[in-house]
Amino acid sequence: MSASTLHPPVLKHHFDNLHQQHASERLGMWMFLATEVMFFAGLFAAYTVYRMWYPDDFEFAGSLLLWKIAAINTFLLITSSLTMTLAIRCAQYGDRKGLIRNLLITAALGTAFMGFKTYEYLTDFEEKLLPTQAFYESHAAHDLETKVNPERARLGLEAISSERVRLFLCFYYVMTGIHSIHLVVGIGCVLWLAWEAWRGTIPPDNYSTVDVVSLYWHLVDAIWLFLMPLLYLAGAGMGH
Amino acid sequence: MSIAIREFRSAPPPPEPVTPQVNYLNNGYSLWSWLFTVDHKRIGILYLLSITVFFTLGGAAAGLVRINLVSPTGAILTEDQYNRMFTAHGVMMLFFFLIPAVPGVLGNFFVPMMIGAKDMAFPKLNLASWYVFMIGAGFAAYAVLVGGIDTGWTLYPPYSSRYSHTNVIPGVLGVFISGFSSIMTGLNILVTIHKMRCPGMTWGRLPLFIWSMYATSLIQLLATPVVAVTLVLLMVERLAGVGIFDPSIGGDPVLFQHMFWFYSHPAVYIMILPGMGVASEILTCFSRKNIFGYKAVAWSSMGIAVVGFLLWAHHMFVAGISYYSALMFSFLSMLVAVPSAIKVFNWTSTLYRGSITFQAPMLFSLAFVVLFTIGGLTGLFLATLGTDIHLHDTYFVVAHFHFVMVGGMVLAYMAGIHFWWPKMTGRMYSDWWSRIAASIIFVGFFLTFVPQFVLGYNGMPRRYPNYPQAFQVYNVLSTAGASILGLGYLLPAIYLPLSLFFGDKATANPWSATGLEWQTSSPPLVFNFETLPVVVCGPYEYAIGVDQLGRGLPEPPGPGGSGLGGHEGVTGPAGPMNKETHVVG
Repeated sequence: MSASTLHPPVLKHHFDNLHQQHASERLGMWMFLATEVMFFAGLFAAYTVYRMWYPDDFEFAGSLLLWKIAAINTFLLITSSLTMTLAIRCAQYGDRKGLIRNLLITAALGTAFMGFKTYEYLTDFEEKLLPTQAFYESHAAHDLETKVNPERARLGLEAISSERVRLFLCFYYVMTGIHSIHLVVGIGCVLWLAWEAWRGTIPPDNYSTVDVVSLYWHLVDAIWLFLMPLLYLAGAGMGH
Repeated sequence: MSIAIREFRSAPPPPEPVTPQVNYLNNGYSLWSWLFTVDHKRIGILYLLSITVFFTLGGAAAGLVRINLVSPTGAILTEDQYNRMFTAHGVMMLFFFLIPAVPGVLGNFFVPMMIGAKDMAFPKLNLASWYVFMIGAGFAAYAVLVGGIDTGWTLYPPYSSRYSHTNVIPGVLGVFISGFSSIMTGLNILVTIHKMRCPGMTWGRLPLFIWSMYATSLIQLLATPVVAVTLVLLMVERLAGVGIFDPSIGGDPVLFQHMFWFYSHPAVYIMILPGMGVASEILTCFSRKNIFGYKAVAWSSMGIAVVGFLLWAHHMFVAGISYYSALMFSFLSMLVAVPSAIKVFNWTSTLYRGSITFQAPMLFSLAFVVLFTIGGLTGLFLATLGTDIHLHDTYFVVAHFHFVMVGGMVLAYMAGIHFWWPKMTGRMYSDWWSRIAASIIFVGFFLTFVPQFVLGYNGMPRRYPNYPQAFQVYNVLSTAGASILGLGYLLPAIYLPLSLFFGDKATANPWSATGLEWQTSSPPLVFNFETLPVVVCGPYEYAIGVDQLGRGLPEPPGPGGSGLGGHEGVTGPAGPMNKETHVVG
């Protein structure tokens, strides 16, 4: 994504025409998305393996997470994808104000997501929902020993191991952490676009720059749509 | 279609292009003009210089390992030092030489030229890839210099995540970062091939080097991110003391092996496929014949890329994977021999009845074919479940992958550098010395690694600093071979730079080759071509002696290599083969 920082004319020297330039930029971003998908696929595959091995432990661990915050965050991200798409339309029609407005709303929604996420992390830290030894001092670990496992023993079910809850929490932090890094990069790109639009360097001819950033934004959004059920809704059956 | 050729020449050779005032080399001499260039050719040169340094470092580490193995108890290194040395050798050679070698140097330089483009699709990204590579290399070099890593290049946990007291984090970070450079290069080349081809350069007229780079780029794009995330997980585990490969919380270290090899096996094809592309270019040029089975060679590159993704677990036959999965992976590993063999058969058929001359690029390419074939066939021993139990983690494996990686890839890289050196620098190197170097490298290589097959078959494990007395003779032979090999590598390091000052000026097309990159001056202009090239025929019309622009070819260098006249005006193959030829595209 070597998006243009040049002044108009937007055609770069090594391309024959704008069509070729835009097609290259789009293909480049799609290929990068393929890379990103494989990056997360490694995580999803590892998660799947352990989820198959330890279904009950993962279910219990999932029920410890704050699904309400995740639900709000899902709503925020989906809305941001809408405004991102509206930004492309504005760019295509040369509506500079609309473009800047939509980009800023997108960035704001992304930032709100990060705000909620930070709050959630802080709550998790306070409750000692950590993959380290500290987990054994948490309420959750205490509940596990005093309520959940005795109850499961009474029903003839296998006990839930707090080690495997810690394994789940490893996934939780790594997956949401990497996703958050991607989102922060995305917010940066959107703000940069807004700056470029304000400078007037995104004429309708060059709307593919917005298009390309939006592809990335949607991918980050889409990955969240997989993370949300895998992590937060894994424990929906536990009711907590 | 088949066309009958009655005359040897169908068109006169083009006039030698006027040497331009400004080419990519003399367009600015400041350090600035190199470090901030977005010219794909200069970036190729930057890669060339940096990977030469890493090759030297990795080679020095290998030299120390080999010297140490002269004695059954270790000649010069302590056991700790030995561990660090072979890890340094592996990390340097794999991640900082083999993977960027052809894509970074020859791919950057020649992909745009061969398809008639002015530059890569994303020139700034291209420059960024070199910087990212250097940052990664910086971390890895730091890790090696401040005490080394002793995990082996495979970095298996829990040793790497918990027990090793060496610089795992900076080393892993270096590999992780340089992976992004590999992705950037792959992405750039892929988009360039898709979108930047000049008029008439259809998919069926792409040179085979481009096809192999396309397949390589696909692997770089789709496999590298998986190792990236795996290394992130490894670093997290080492830093936080807890992670998903940690058996104490139910994690599985074998999962790391799966995820690691999901990249690192296809990475083997990142290393070898570009070499195959280089060999395809050179073998057809120096036998003055159209490539045999263009489509088969092109598609087998794609076949290797696809099948290469499906056989990672053959590295884990003794790691406790299930019997049935081992069976599947064994079968799939054998399957990848099919496209590889297709290539070898097609190269051999290309040579058949060709007017072969033995300049250095051809010598290197022929050595490549021989060594790659041996390396490939011994791979089948290892793909077979039963024999692998015996041969796993022995010197047999070491010899096998060195035949493929060094005998295959390094020799193909040398072939490519020798083939394109006149184009890159505008100078001819010493013909005699280059032939000597190619011969010495071939002999030295054989002597180094054939004894290792014997060692491995007799049970000497890899990565051990000590061994029983009975193995000493083979180890000494191998070290002697390595010394010869080292001498062979030293020669190009002398005569290639000397050629810059004392070499004859190269003509535009010194090998009388058909590709687009030879149809512009040597060294090329800043934007490669004076005018937009228009391709009218396939990439290897040696039989009718026509380049891709439809013009005739200049006289090829004679068998003596000194000057002209070896072929007496015949650019196609001698004998009845010239009557019928298959025109591609």
